[in-house]
Amino acid sequence: MLLQRRYVYRFLGLVILLFFTAFFFVPLIWLFLAPTKTDGQLLNQSPFAFGSFSTFFHTFHRIITYSGNSLLTWLENSAIYSFGGTALAILAAIPAGYGLALTEFPGRKTLLSITLVVMIMPATALVLPLFLEINKLGLYGTKWSLILPFGFFPFGVYLAYIYFSTTIPKDLLAAARIDGANEWGVFRHIAVPLARPIIGLVAFFAFVAAWNNFFLPFVMTYDNSQYPLQIGLQQLIGSTASFNPANFSAGTSITILHRPDLAMAVIIAIAPVLIVFLFAQRTLVAGMLAGATRE
Amino acid sequence: MSVPSATAVPSGRASVRRGDRAGGAPPRSASGNSRVAGYLFVALYVALLLLLGIGPVVYAIYLAFSGPGGFGANFTAAFNDYRFLPAFEHVLEYMAIWLVSQTILVVGLVLMLHTLSRRIGAIFRFLFYIPGALAGAASVIVWLFMLDPTASPFAFVLHWLGYNSFDNTISPGNLPPIFAMMAIWTGAGGWIVVMYGALNNIPTELLEAAEIDGSNGFQTAMRIKLPLIRKWIVYMLVLSFAGGTQLFVEPTVLGQAAMGVGISKYWSPNMLGWFLASQYNQFNEAAAISLVLLVFGLVIAALLVWRGRLFEVD
Repeated sequence: MLLQRRYVYRFLGLVILLFFTAFFFVPLIWLFLAPTKTDGQLLNQSPFAFGSFSTFFHTFHRIITYSGNSLLTWLENSAIYSFGGTALAILAAIPAGYGLALTEFPGRKTLLSITLVVMIMPATALVLPLFLEINKLGLYGTKWSLILPFGFFPFGVYLAYIYFSTTIPKDLLAAARIDGANEWGVFRHIAVPLARPIIGLVAFFAFVAAWNNFFLPFVMTYDNSQYPLQIGLQQLIGSTASFNPANFSAGTSITILHRPDLAMAVIIAIAPVLIVFLFAQRTLVAGMLAGATRE
Repeated sequence: MSVPSATAVPSGRASVRRGDRAGGAPPRSASGNSRVAGYLFVALYVALLLLLGIGPVVYAIYLAFSGPGGFGANFTAAFNDYRFLPAFEHVLEYMAIWLVSQTILVVGLVLMLHTLSRRIGAIFRFLFYIPGALAGAASVIVWLFMLDPTASPFAFVLHWLGYNSFDNTISPGNLPPIFAMMAIWTGAGGWIVVMYGALNNIPTELLEAAEIDGSNGFQTAMRIKLPLIRKWIVYMLVLSFAGGTQLFVEPTVLGQAAMGVGISKYWSPNMLGWFLASQYNQFNEAAAISLVLLVFGLVIAALLVWRGRLFEVD
């Protein structure tokens, strides 16, 4: 009797797990299969049927060349904003984390507390005020209106702070100082060589945050030539027949897109982050938890 | 982004304290030289913090309390705006659905995964976590496909629920649960990974002792594992709450595909703020809305931190 009950629970558990696996994973499978089919096939065939490679390449070609290679422009913009922001975030966060962890100066504690508060504050909360400020500073419409905010990354500072305060013993630094190294030398020759893992970690989080950001570029860019992919994707919806039939009354000059094209654009847009996610999960989780559990 | 950033924090305060203890009495070698060096190390970050963190908040406060109407006029104007209350209601409804279901789902799934073998658990965690890569407009588009009964692999579910066309599915009343579902799709997996990590920190002896004492899997989960990950649950709520009030991407992108059905350009408070600023140059009122949102989010977060004893050092 007891044994039977146990099997019932197991079975129920399995059903629940499979249900959520479908919820989380089926959309992705569908997404990657969609560009291999034509719009007609997408409607008529099974959702999990594979179309053909030649259709896939056609779809790819159509979306890349759509509207004067817009997608490539957006890709380039995304890369500039994200890599620029990430580089700035690392330049600011690594020394700052080191300074907070291993040097003494008045205001250090206050700076740490402010960093914690700003970290909990959602980044989107600052978008509107930031827009108003950037406008005032005359940076609106420039690359800096995105690179600078992406480079401001308090979470990275916090990660670097935790990292340096747990991996480098203060005694080591004291010894180096006694040996005559100046502060910069200590940082350069002791901290920087040890900092590789934390640079990777900060880079990952800063890059993903910047690449996936929608709200900030939404308010800071106003022209197709400035859009990053996230905004470009939104534009594409407007050109997709099945979602906006009204836009395509007779005589329209816009090239009509279909669902497989849009799916292809999404795949291209998410590819960089997806690749990082696929290959970095283990290290990242380990790194993240290391910060949390080391006592 | 908010998900992974969660992980390091609950011990954060403890670490700050530890840092203080270690640094409370500065080492004798800490001279004026080292003090200057300290400032130089943090200089770039502080500049960015002042310009892009504190600057906008101060500027928003200034804008919100100035302008033609005098002190407080912008807030009155915002509250009296006929679009203000509906926008807040939408977001509150969305958050209620999202926070409750995400908490149940994450906690339930993580406890379940923790009873499986390590290998199999890892596969499931990976599958749940991968959609996190699609945060933003990409996930909304994926769900546009999923919610369209003509093409969706879930079409049979949609038909069964009585939705036979795309504009059926995205009727205004359905929007809060739809946005909640999108948020869970991209966010829950990250939290599951994080909490699974926390569960793995529970000493095996403790779990074995419970088993010897006759506790079954369910009891162990409820009485031992759940209390031990409580902090993480509170932390998830804090970050989700603060982030949830800011809802913007999903309704904006969905609005682009709404086929004339109604998602207004001021569906959420953030959208309303942007609408006022961009369409009517009403920067003061927009700043007031931003501040209301920010304060609201931070107060609730602070309450959770305090009531949940989040930063308590054990």
